Amino acid sequence: MKPPPFDYHAPRDLGEALAVLAGAGAGGKVLAGGQSLIPLMNMRLAAPAHLVDINRLTGLATIEADAGGVRVGALARHAAVERSADAARAQPLLRSALRQVAHPVIRNRGTVVGSLVHADPAAELPAVLAVLGGSVRLARHGGGQRDVPAGEFFTGPLESALRPGELAVSAFFPALPPRAGTAFREVARRHGDYAMAGAAAVVVLDEDLRIVSARVACVSAGPVPVTIDVSQVCDRRPAASADWAAVAAAVRDRVDPEADIHATADYRRHLTGVLAGRALRAAAREAAGDGRDAGEAGEPSDG
Amino acid sequence: MTTRLFGEPVQRREDRRLITGQGLFLDDLGRDALAAAFVRSPHAHARVRDIDVSAALDVDGLVAIYTWEDLPERVRDPLPLLIPHPALTHGRTAYPLARDVVRHVGEPVVMVVARDRYLAEDAAALIEVDYEILKPVVGIEEAALGSHLVHDDVPGNVGAHLVQEVPSRAGLGAGRAIDAAPHTLAFRLDIERSASTPLEGRGVYARWDADDRSLRVYSSTQTSTSVRMAIAAKLGLPLPSVEVVAPDVGGGFGVKIVHPWPEEVLVPWAAMLLGREVKWAEDRREHFISSAHERGQVQHVRVGFDDEGHVLGLDVTILHDHGAYTPYGIIVPIITATQLLGPYRIGAYRVEFSSIYTNTVQVTPYRGAGRPQAVFCMERTMDRIAAHLGLDRAQVRAANFIQPDEFPYDQGMVFQDGRPLIYDSGDYPESLRMLKEMIGWDGFPAMKAEAAARGRRLGIGLGCYVEGTGVGPYEGGHVQVTSDGRVHVSTGLTSQGQGHETVFAQIAATELGVPLEKVSVVTGDTRRFGYAVGTFASRAAVMSGNAIALACRKVREKALRIAADALEADPRDLEIEDGLVRVVGNPEASVPLATVAVLSNPLRYAFDEEAARATQFSGATPMDRPPVPEGEEPGLEGRDYYSPVRSTFASGMHAAIVETDPDTAEIRILRYAVVHDCGRLINPMIVEGQIHGGVAQGVGGALYERMVYDGHGQLLNASFMDFLMPYATEVPAIETAHLETPSPLNPLGIKGAGEAGVIPVSAVIASAIEDAEGLPIDRMPISPAELYELRRAAGR
Ligand SMILES: Cc1cc2nc3c(=O)[nH]c(=O)nc-3n(C[C@H](O)[C@H](O)[C@H](O)COP(=O)(O)OP(=O)(O)OC[C@H]3O[C@@H](n4cnc5c(N)ncnc54)[C@H](O)[C@@H]3O)c2cc1C
Repeated sequence: MKPPPFDYHAPRDLGEALAVLAGAGAGGKVLAGGQSLIPLMNMRLAAPAHLVDINRLTGLATIEADAGGVRVGALARHAAVERSADAARAQPLLRSALRQVAHPVIRNRGTVVGSLVHADPAAELPAVLAVLGGSVRLARHGGGQRDVPAGEFFTGPLESALRPGELAVSAFFPALPPRAGTAFREVARRHGDYAMAGAAAVVVLDEDLRIVSARVACVSAGPVPVTIDVSQVCDRRPAASADWAAVAAAVRDRVDPEADIHATADYRRHLTGVLAGRALRAAAREAAGDGRDAGEAGEPSDG
Repeated sequence: MTTRLFGEPVQRREDRRLITGQGLFLDDLGRDALAAAFVRSPHAHARVRDIDVSAALDVDGLVAIYTWEDLPERVRDPLPLLIPHPALTHGRTAYPLARDVVRHVGEPVVMVVARDRYLAEDAAALIEVDYEILKPVVGIEEAALGSHLVHDDVPGNVGAHLVQEVPSRAGLGAGRAIDAAPHTLAFRLDIERSASTPLEGRGVYARWDADDRSLRVYSSTQTSTSVRMAIAAKLGLPLPSVEVVAPDVGGGFGVKIVHPWPEEVLVPWAAMLLGREVKWAEDRREHFISSAHERGQVQHVRVGFDDEGHVLGLDVTILHDHGAYTPYGIIVPIITATQLLGPYRIGAYRVEFSSIYTNTVQVTPYRGAGRPQAVFCMERTMDRIAAHLGLDRAQVRAANFIQPDEFPYDQGMVFQDGRPLIYDSGDYPESLRMLKEMIGWDGFPAMKAEAAARGRRLGIGLGCYVEGTGVGPYEGGHVQVTSDGRVHVSTGLTSQGQGHETVFAQIAATELGVPLEKVSVVTGDTRRFGYAVGTFASRAAVMSGNAIALACRKVREKALRIAADALEADPRDLEIEDGLVRVVGNPEASVPLATVAVLSNPLRYAFDEEAARATQFSGATPMDRPPVPEGEEPGLEGRDYYSPVRSTFASGMHAAIVETDPDTAEIRILRYAVVHDCGRLINPMIVEGQIHGGVAQGVGGALYERMVYDGHGQLLNASFMDFLMPYATEVPAIETAHLETPSPLNPLGIKGAGEAGVIPVSAVIASAIEDAEGLPIDRMPISPAELYELRRAAGR
């Protein structure tokens, strides 16, 4: 479990990094937190010819939050974003999702942007970006920048719209409209593992506290985060009288997850429905002003 | 006595070193050594047609490449079959490097030595092996059909077949006893594979001294003395020219008792041949596919019982998957077959096992060693009987218990040490009473109903076991008091984190009357102690503990003799307290042990003031007898051995309360209670630590761990990402209580504790889930997905 030979680059600023990446072309890989890339290299499943370590680009370790949303720089660690009060205020879903990402030591090194580029359909943050309709900002040497919306960014399992030579410099998570709530629910085999199923939910109410929009993005339910709009099933009802069982069933019927060694496809589908239902109900309750979603404690049974 | 440390919860002395990064593990040694890496078979079953190393020769830093063809006599022979048994009619072991056929993914084919491990792996990746793929045999039942063979010359893939029968007191065989019983049940049980998975893998580091023509080998092993003998034999070296040291070892749990591993022969051989230091440290993937697994069994049970649940007859047929080779014989299924009886007196018993070859990693003991399967079988049986009769599960067990006045109790079988299965002592009814009280057994139905009213689903379960511990043949201890008053203890068996440094020091300090700080302990170093068996089967405390106590008693006697001379007193009037030998009732008349050590070794030359007291003009020895009296030896030291007539039998009972989520099918352990009896406790804190670790591994076996082989014999989860060893977050808080029924078999009255925690956990969790769900649980482990599918199959 040692990686094959590679050239190591440690650029000191963004311009140098982009130049090195441009030179490396398809043989280049960015090293951010290394929590996904290094294991892949050690198992010789990835063999980049050039490793471009961006850890000296401290200017990218930014978390900018305002009324519009949260922009997370490429070197902002999971742990820093998780602890940022400003980020949690502007977009609470980030913190609730991040608490389910791996374990504290991994969150101390892993980056939010790295997690998005890695594009694992079992990861939490791609689902968060998808359900919020966020975007990723990509830069290239001499070529300026482009913002890719979440819906186009995730192109397959471990595949994103990032092209050779590009560096993801930041990601943007838009803030919520008024009377909106969010929640994240997942079930993993062990605490901190990638989830067997999970759901990031956003619910928006009108002035009479009736549900006008309800969306989930499901984790481990397909090759990319699976975003499902269940506003219609919620039928403009108030949170308390919505038919959550029907909502869960609607989600369940619209996902087609695969089996793996940890879960059958049927169980995954069932679980996705249950968790989407729970997440949407919690998000609706939060939107109605019943306080911030406190997680799963005392979760009622959905029957 | 202030130095009575036996029985005290003394803090582990090794922990400061181990948890501050000062431990010296295998890979911490030999930083400049050459590194070995192996090309391992990617196929479960294939014939090696050709090996092309040419591309690898260009790797800068490459030192050597070896295939089987390159190995000399003896080194090239198949590895030894360590424990032969008459029933193992078709035992087979692997060649250190594949000769022609590979029989599991991970089998070593080529050895590469290079300047460092990176380069060795680069070269290994460039070696091309041409394989002719053969039909893989995977799965116990598939293998048992015998339509394809793992070894051409082993018909039906059956390595061993053994039947043991214990007729009822009335002379009835199990079959007839079952047929005649008022109630009978028949069912099938499945247990998945798991593995020891110590956090430190295996590893070997060898240094050849060409001037001295001697070899020093460090190995992350559970038996350095036996590795030494194996290496000397394989390399044709005189035994005194080979030293083997087990450094700090990061866990063993059974896998490191197997020896010699291919690498344990090849690395020292290469070091000799190259005249260079060579090291190999196993990586995680290698450990999964190239070391050993355990547990996999299919069991068919038939049981007959009366209205009170007394078992009148029990017939168990076991298919045991032993993988591709049998270096450790059939110890695991023998233990399953014999320990199945647990704390019960069974009317008539018949057990039959077939030990089957498959194209998977070999099976050798993993903590518990066949007992978790045995207890799963017996305790599932007890639960089925209770369910059938509508009786309380604890009551059915109690009805079958061996009673305290029935010891020694002869189960009428032959145990894993080849000796009779006779339980020495125990108090099972008291254990059960304590357990029920601790977990709140009688109040549980009310708790369950109350939870159900709130939409929560709870269940309670229990499991009982008896564990034969402290198997022979022997261990030894050496104790030396030096002239600075320090006590040096050594024993041949090895340590893998159990706390031997602490408990052996407690024993020595107590026996010799010295403060703990004065005692140091060395284990697993053949330079210090050459005779030993090894650390396995919960035997270290029983075997080495007693040997060290006996050695200390010799030293103590000698110290009193010498001190009596010096103090002009009768040895019978002396005691040792705090390192001081003194006349009882006269604290003025005393001599330090340090001085006794000086006096024990009459000198001609003084090199310090202490030593001057023992020189020839000091008047220390009377003129009318030789300085070293007849029958004495110089020095204050003693050596003794402990060799038991048979094993001692520890026991315990566990109970758990679990919650299952009606929607997600998640399974959570809310409470876990343990009553444990390992005879006299040397150190209750260490025993509890052993139980905690064992229960954690048991939780792994019950809810998380399995070896997922596909039909091609590929292990799909050979990493810690997909092999789900439980984290601290998955292991419940563990409540423990101790019962002490001393063993009459050994001087200290102790029994083993190392494996206890893991043994009944699968049975207990299955019992609790069954209670929560009302669905029969007949295979372990169980995942949420499997529970969900069980519910669906039952139409829930
Ligand atoms: C034991 C363990 C458990 C884990 N559990 C979870 C979990 O439950 N949920 C979860 O979401 N994640 C989990 N992770 C992964 C963790 O979150 C990673 O940190 C994350 O997936 C990748 O972030 P990173 O900064 O470490 O990226 P790296 O490993 O450095 O890189 C990952 C990939 O992204 C590319 N990349 C990274 N940054 C950029 C950039 N700025 N521009 C272009 N390309 C870039 C790299 O080239 C590489 O291909 C786990 C990891 C471990 C080791």
